[in-house]
Amino acid sequence: MSKYELRHDEPNCISCLACEVHCKTNKDLGPGPDPCKIIAFDPVEVDGLPRQRFVFMPCYHCEDPWCVRACPTGAMQKREQDGIVFVESSKCIGCKSCIAACPWGTPQWDADTNKVVKCDYCKDRVDAGLQPACVTTCVTGCLSFGVANEVPDPRRERYARHLLAEESGRLLPMADEQSGASEGAP
Amino acid sequence: MSTTMAPNVSSVGQPGRHTVYSKCGMCAVRCPIEVTVEDGRVTWLQGNPHDAAIGTSLCAKGAAGLSLEFDDERPQTPLIRAGERGAGQWRRASWDEALDHIADKLNETVEAFGGRGIMLSDRGGPFNDLTKTFVQALGSPNYFDHEAACSGNVHNAARSIYGVGVAGLIPDYPRVKHLVLYGRNIVESLMVKEAKAFMAAVSNGMRCTYIDPRATITAGKATRYWQVRPNSDYALNLALIHEVLKQKVYDEDFVERFVSGMDALRQAVEDTTPEWQEPHTGVPADQLRTFVEEIAADAPHVVFHPGWMSARHKQSFHVSRSALILNALMGSVEVPGGLVLGKSPEFYGRKGLNRLTDRVPQVDEPRVDGAGGTRPQWDPAIGMLHQAFAAMETGEPYGIGAYVAYRHDVLTGMPDPEATKRALDKLKLLVSIDVRYSELGWYADVILPESTYLERANILAESDGPVPVLEVRDQAIAPRFDSRPAWWIFRELLRRMDVKEALDFETIEELWDYQLDGTAVTVSEMRETGMVALADEPALTPRDELRFPTPSGKIEIEGETLRQAGLPSLPAYVPKQAPTDDDFTLLFAKTATLAHGQSLNNPLLSERAPEQVLWIHPDRAAPLGIVDGEEVEVNGGGSYTGRLKAKVTPWIHPEAVFMLHGYGATVPLARRALGRGVADQRLQHGKLYDFDPAGGGCAMTETVVQVKRRTPRGPGR
Repeated sequence: MSKYELRHDEPNCISCLACEVHCKTNKDLGPGPDPCKIIAFDPVEVDGLPRQRFVFMPCYHCEDPWCVRACPTGAMQKREQDGIVFVESSKCIGCKSCIAACPWGTPQWDADTNKVVKCDYCKDRVDAGLQPACVTTCVTGCLSFGVANEVPDPRRERYARHLLAEESGRLLPMADEQSGASEGAP
Repeated sequence: MSTTMAPNVSSVGQPGRHTVYSKCGMCAVRCPIEVTVEDGRVTWLQGNPHDAAIGTSLCAKGAAGLSLEFDDERPQTPLIRAGERGAGQWRRASWDEALDHIADKLNETVEAFGGRGIMLSDRGGPFNDLTKTFVQALGSPNYFDHEAACSGNVHNAARSIYGVGVAGLIPDYPRVKHLVLYGRNIVESLMVKEAKAFMAAVSNGMRCTYIDPRATITAGKATRYWQVRPNSDYALNLALIHEVLKQKVYDEDFVERFVSGMDALRQAVEDTTPEWQEPHTGVPADQLRTFVEEIAADAPHVVFHPGWMSARHKQSFHVSRSALILNALMGSVEVPGGLVLGKSPEFYGRKGLNRLTDRVPQVDEPRVDGAGGTRPQWDPAIGMLHQAFAAMETGEPYGIGAYVAYRHDVLTGMPDPEATKRALDKLKLLVSIDVRYSELGWYADVILPESTYLERANILAESDGPVPVLEVRDQAIAPRFDSRPAWWIFRELLRRMDVKEALDFETIEELWDYQLDGTAVTVSEMRETGMVALADEPALTPRDELRFPTPSGKIEIEGETLRQAGLPSLPAYVPKQAPTDDDFTLLFAKTATLAHGQSLNNPLLSERAPEQVLWIHPDRAAPLGIVDGEEVEVNGGGSYTGRLKAKVTPWIHPEAVFMLHGYGATVPLARRALGRGVADQRLQHGKLYDFDPAGGGCAMTETVVQVKRRTPRGPGR
């Protein structure tokens, strides 16, 4: 697996699809290919309340990627230094073997170039010290990215906060508590 | 230089990579953005990190600004109508020809109706000093924004009780302990900063009670969901006020000092018990009592959200008003975790922008819609657009001969476009200024292509939030087509009308210098970060100095302007009849990827737009033979019938059906949107002049439609 983790904090996701569109504009893609995808389900009743699942599907950057094995030209590769699985576009012949091989449906067909495109954690951005496009622009911050175990897990902290809010009927002060009134909505 | 050359800012077209701070233009929220430009081409859009409230976040629509920019399916030159209105026959024109043509028609209108016979509408927001100046310079009082079909009711409700519009009452989300939402679908009807703050608060354990006949994604984030009967929320609020007073859980000190009209309030809610409201709303009385106990424990950090899109029913004004009364009762006004008052620059000892409207004489003519005059309860600063259409049709109280719609598609945004067209047909001149082919544009006499928000600069904006902020929409790239920025278009029209002084600036920087004069802020400071805050930290008004801009200085439960208008401040609830058989109340909304009609022809947003389906409750679908996933027909009493698939779901109230708004477009040149889905506004038959008398907003969710299974065709059936 890659050394990175792209984490989706599902309870904090609103299925606004900003990740999908920013992913596409960063890769200069038109309609068609979706390197990342939110799969939204209809609400179900949980304790009398509507609750919706939103499953985020980028590439999982497998340890032994079937797409890499299936690629006849070496276009599909795994980066030595960090395990990012990416496609070298100049070597892609558009045979779609990777699309057939991937169990997650991750590699995408780009009809504008007749080549495959896929989630590569925006390695150009990562190499420039930036976050992937989807993480950078995520509306709620439910996406986070970094070296696994080095990115804080929002789920533990949220659970603890909720416990406290329930028990005491009081909210924990947030980091920006000192700043007085916030700007709120525009 | 020819007067018709596109005026670019000086940095446009420079080689290499640079960053421009600006404001998004993909919807009317206008978020602050950072634009990366490489060799004259925009390569990346994200939120402006200099604004901590948004950081680098930007929604899907904002991302698709790139898709708009590179799309050819938008007006590329001025177009003058060649055939009948709406026939779609156009000829290309130069800017000189188009502007001269418009000026001639405006002069004809002035001769026939006077200057007041010219009107303009836009979608409000922080840049309307420009459009107001244009209208005022021509001697007309008739500027309108789009609030008749949006937040007019809540805006006028807030004015009637707090003396300020709703934009001046800002929820302090990070410190709110309990948020109450009346169909305010924060995470789908999206303002990025608000959605971000809301979800952070939810993560932090904020309680949220969500009230809506339909379970939206926001309902899925709430800690309580009440699936109320359609249009019944005023009954709920009357019972909440009853119970708050009965349980004596209101903030007696705050009410004593800052609220007037409590006796009238007690009288109005004397009998509106939790049991009384139960058949009206469907909310069990015991749940309502438990809720009141909860908010009492969390007061004053409780916000009853007064609403945003509130053009719903004829008591929507009082839904907002009663929500604002509840905030006053909980003392959740101008406290952390409550509604914080917007502040003027003067509050912090600063000076705000100079207004362009100050460069032209005040207009004393009465407004054609009566706002601020015969209808004192309506804010003349926003107007009520349906009454302008009424005046076009009837000539009463006076005639309107020319209408400039600036990026405002009233044939999508207002109910019953056929009725609107009947009014528009009386005009001498209908102009659409837009970046896209809108339904209204297609019906216009002249289309003037505005440059996209990435290709143009606007006048500077001032937002008076808890900290007032000056913001710039700067030009990032040169226009791809023969388009112009709005400030240039209005300047050129005023020059041709011989009232050039109002906007007589050669460049946008010169105009900005005028706006900034005396503010101690410079254009280069504005460009450095895209915004300048006029205070370091937000401050709350000291309690001793807290006064509201109402006649008494207090929060007025009995509104003075309502009294003048002969309207009750606390009317009785009007019970709603439950629709039966194949009748349903039609509800509508958008998702985070939709911007009304604007987005559906955008290549990337069109791809992302959900298939439009009709939500219908299983208990009502079954007797009508309606099956999930199969087609139904929807009719609103007019000649228009919509066909779409049914989504049979318990997450819609049995009395209502729901569909997304912004579909069913008809402009042939916008091919991705053409013919896709059903136009809900065309189902709102007869609703153009059906409005809330107090707030002025259209009663759009009082629309009743008939739904039937689409007759199956084929042998044996």
